[in-house]
Amino acid sequence: MELLYAMTTGVLTACGLYLTLRGRTFPVVVGLTLLSYAVNLFLFSMGGLTTDGPAIVSEGTGYADPLPQALVLTAIVIGFAMTAFVVILAMRARSEVGNDHVDGKKEDRE
Amino acid sequence: MMQHLVVFPVVLPLVAGILLLYQRQGLVRYKRVVSVVATVLLLLVAIGLLRQAASGEITYYALGDWQAPFGIVLVLDRLSALMLLVTAVLAVGAVVFACAGDDEKGSNFHGLFQWQLLGINGAFLTGDLFNLFVFFEVLLLASYALLLHGGGKARIQASVHYVVLNLAGSSLFLIAVGILYGATGTLNMADMAIRVADLPSEREGLVTAGALMLLVVFGLKAAILPLYFWLPKAYASAPAPVAALFAIMTKVGIYAILRVYSLLFGDTAGGLEALEQPWVWWLSLATLAAAGIGVMAARDLRLLVAYLVLVSVGTLLAGIGMRSPQAVSALLYYLIHTTLVTGGLFLLAEMIGLQRGKAGTRLVKGRPMVQGAGLAMLFFVGAIAVAGVPPFSGAIGKALMLNAAEGTQRLWLWPLLLLTSLASLIALSRAGSTLFWRSHRGNISGTPLPRRQWFGVIWLLSAAPLLVALAGPVSSYTQATAEQLANPQVLIRTLLPNDAGDAP
Repeated sequence: MELLYAMTTGVLTACGLYLTLRGRTFPVVVGLTLLSYAVNLFLFSMGGLTTDGPAIVSEGTGYADPLPQALVLTAIVIGFAMTAFVVILAMRARSEVGNDHVDGKKEDRE
Repeated sequence: MMQHLVVFPVVLPLVAGILLLYQRQGLVRYKRVVSVVATVLLLLVAIGLLRQAASGEITYYALGDWQAPFGIVLVLDRLSALMLLVTAVLAVGAVVFACAGDDEKGSNFHGLFQWQLLGINGAFLTGDLFNLFVFFEVLLLASYALLLHGGGKARIQASVHYVVLNLAGSSLFLIAVGILYGATGTLNMADMAIRVADLPSEREGLVTAGALMLLVVFGLKAAILPLYFWLPKAYASAPAPVAALFAIMTKVGIYAILRVYSLLFGDTAGGLEALEQPWVWWLSLATLAAAGIGVMAARDLRLLVAYLVLVSVGTLLAGIGMRSPQAVSALLYYLIHTTLVTGGLFLLAEMIGLQRGKAGTRLVKGRPMVQGAGLAMLFFVGAIAVAGVPPFSGAIGKALMLNAAEGTQRLWLWPLLLLTSLASLIALSRAGSTLFWRSHRGNISGTPLPRRQWFGVIWLLSAAPLLVALAGPVSSYTQATAEQLANPQVLIRTLLPNDAGDAP
């Protein structure tokens, strides 16, 4: 499971990074979203992966580390708000500058 | 009551911000009064906290009375108290300046301003790594909106870069926090310091990776060389009071570097000791060189001041890179000076731009100013202070920095710092003579500037002579702060009395 998990996180990060480096605002926003998904997955795994563990403290020995769950929740909320903001910002930049290039260039040889 | 004083710098702006959200438009007078009163109260609280911390006692506030390492704590030591006071002084100048009319160019200026203060104060106080991230986000989100305040093409374009870069930075911050939590099993910085001290060797690589990633994030906030390209444009296009407040934002990054690496990777960290040092040292020197070139190349007064912020960042980071108590003491003195004076210069640039009409802050011939004499005097004081020429505080700050360099460090720091100062001096004198002397064509027109703007600028720029007059007490305080930072054991023992035996 670790391998699958690591690969998912890695692929998401790579895609996010690639899209973030594009020249148009839309791919950049999608890239940032993918990056934040990857980060959430990564944070979730940072307490170590266990299967079938109880979600909260129980009498048994092995239970899931509750801290990463709390952190992921915080990170999701913050990431969601930031994505909403950056979408609005990109739209405003599109209407004020007249095109959707991140540098506001007129012609683009991409 | 007194033991709750530590949480006030966070609660006060939060409550004030909520009060200010009451209505989006209108109620101008009410909003201004609430905002200024809250900021002045914050200043008083910061003075109280500074007096409390000056004795060397470390106090902490466990939120909800959950003790460290399980709960979130706010920690007050000399460094945090000093940073809080600098923020509050800067904020008073900026908010009074904004009351002259800048706050009405968009909506919710004062509420956002207070929340920005909330984020900054929280970042200075918190003793928890994840909480540091949360406060960074608070201050960033407020700064995104403030940067856009008033709108306009240039601001939106600068904002796009700023927001995207900082969002990527936030992701990196979370990854770094995740790695450090995975390797050490805690997020409380004091607790992490203990665990890093007796880290199993197979985890050293992980912690190194996490720590250096954190350095990238803090470097982005502090605007260190490969990560500073967002800064000049963002600062030059921000509204003046916001740009003045942003003068403290780069210092948040510098504070974070100072705090995290002196606490986690101090003497006890074994093989990981001072792992950031070579990176910070060389990159700071490169930042200085690049900023010197930028200062010379700037064709706009606001851009020039933005590059002067970069010069100060390079100087401050070089102080961290030297990693000696003497250097830290020097950099803290320089930090107070540079934050307040560059903040004042941003405000002054706005006033000059307003009086010159169409020419604005561009360094071209324009019409003469109505209140040219007063502005020229202030510019003279600010320029001398920021370039580091006696008799003002910049000279003392830079002399302390130069004095703190030892051995081969001198070989690198002295020429670079002195050449950059020369570049600033040339650029500022060129700017001043263009703005004030080469402008006698055309008619004098325009209205006198509001008194609140004068107050804001004089309040901030008076730091330059005051820091010289009070250089003795200030530098003895910064020296004590540096010693406290060099001995993180005291902080760890205060926060975690039960684990004190484990700390070597």
